[in-house]
Amino acid sequence: MYVLVIGCGRTGAYLANDLSKAGEVVVVIDSKNKSFKNLSSEFTGFTINGDATEIDVLKEGKIDKADVVVVTTNNDNVNAMVAQIAKELYNVSKVMVRVLDPEKEVIYKGLDVMTITATQLLVDRFKEEIITN
Amino acid sequence: MRIIIVGGGKIVYYLTKNFISKGYKVSIINKDKEYCELLAREFNSLIVNGDGSKPKYLEEAEANKADAILALTGNDPDNLFICQLAKKEFEIPKSFSVINNPDNETIFKSLGIETIFNTTKLISLLIEQRIDTSDVNNLLAIEEGRVNISQIILRETSPVIGKTLKEIDLPEDIVFGCIIRDEHVLIPKGKTKLLLGDKVLIITLPEKQGEAFAALSGEQL
Repeated sequence: MYVLVIGCGRTGAYLANDLSKAGEVVVVIDSKNKSFKNLSSEFTGFTINGDATEIDVLKEGKIDKADVVVVTTNNDNVNAMVAQIAKELYNVSKVMVRVLDPEKEVIYKGLDVMTITATQLLVDRFKEEIITN
Repeated sequence: MRIIIVGGGKIVYYLTKNFISKGYKVSIINKDKEYCELLAREFNSLIVNGDGSKPKYLEEAEANKADAILALTGNDPDNLFICQLAKKEFEIPKSFSVINNPDNETIFKSLGIETIFNTTKLISLLIEQRIDTSDVNNLLAIEEGRVNISQIILRETSPVIGKTLKEIDLPEDIVFGCIIRDEHVLIPKGKTKLLLGDKVLIITLPEKQGEAFAALSGEQL
């Protein structure tokens, strides 16, 4: 599978490392070159240093060939834009996006984009642990 | 008409002044606290200090009652988010956005933003036209540039001086709007004669503009 990971912070880098180790083809895009230091020696994919909201950078990452695009930058507005470009303009079959501010999840309403809100996951888990036990 | 303006520098002040004078109701969302205070002193408008890409600030700016939103930040992803949030969550019917990266025009359009101000493209177009010839002025692009209104000043080199409109061999898809001669505005008819120094307003399709300029000015652009 060809996976394009946008953002090489902790989340993006860990995911890229694991996927690469599992044998998937992975390309990571990040606007800061030093972010690629987060990648481990197990990572065998490619890195692209550039702004993923620029269409040329996404083209360089062969977004049209991607089976999965995972958007993990630390900016919700950037994530929303990249995720929609992937889904609406390039019809990528699976688009997944990290949501930081739970309030902003509404932007994905009606879109075939999988959202994961870390804050909400933590809250739900903590709550479950407190209330059920 | 109720308009929400998000982001933007000094332009917000002048826009607001302009809109208020037209009788529009303006609310402003801006991240800069000091600027918000200044605007609040100047205008009797609703000023919200905050991030316009967050639903709560749009709500504070009474987004549910707004007819239009204007996203003017220097950051394209922010502008897109603001306009989409306004549409999806608050059903604001009209969205206007500035874009900084000219390549984003198609992206914004396919993602539902109706009116886009491609500032980079506009400025380079204006400069190119100025450099090409100072006698040609692009006054207005209508329908996102599908129709142009331009003004040409007729100089000595113009092959149409002394001719009537009927006699000129003009390319198709060009319409004479009016002729400005000294202080007077003439609505041209077939037998109107063109004179040296006339300012001619023409309406053209953009692809015919060069041809029209060449036919009227005698210069190849």
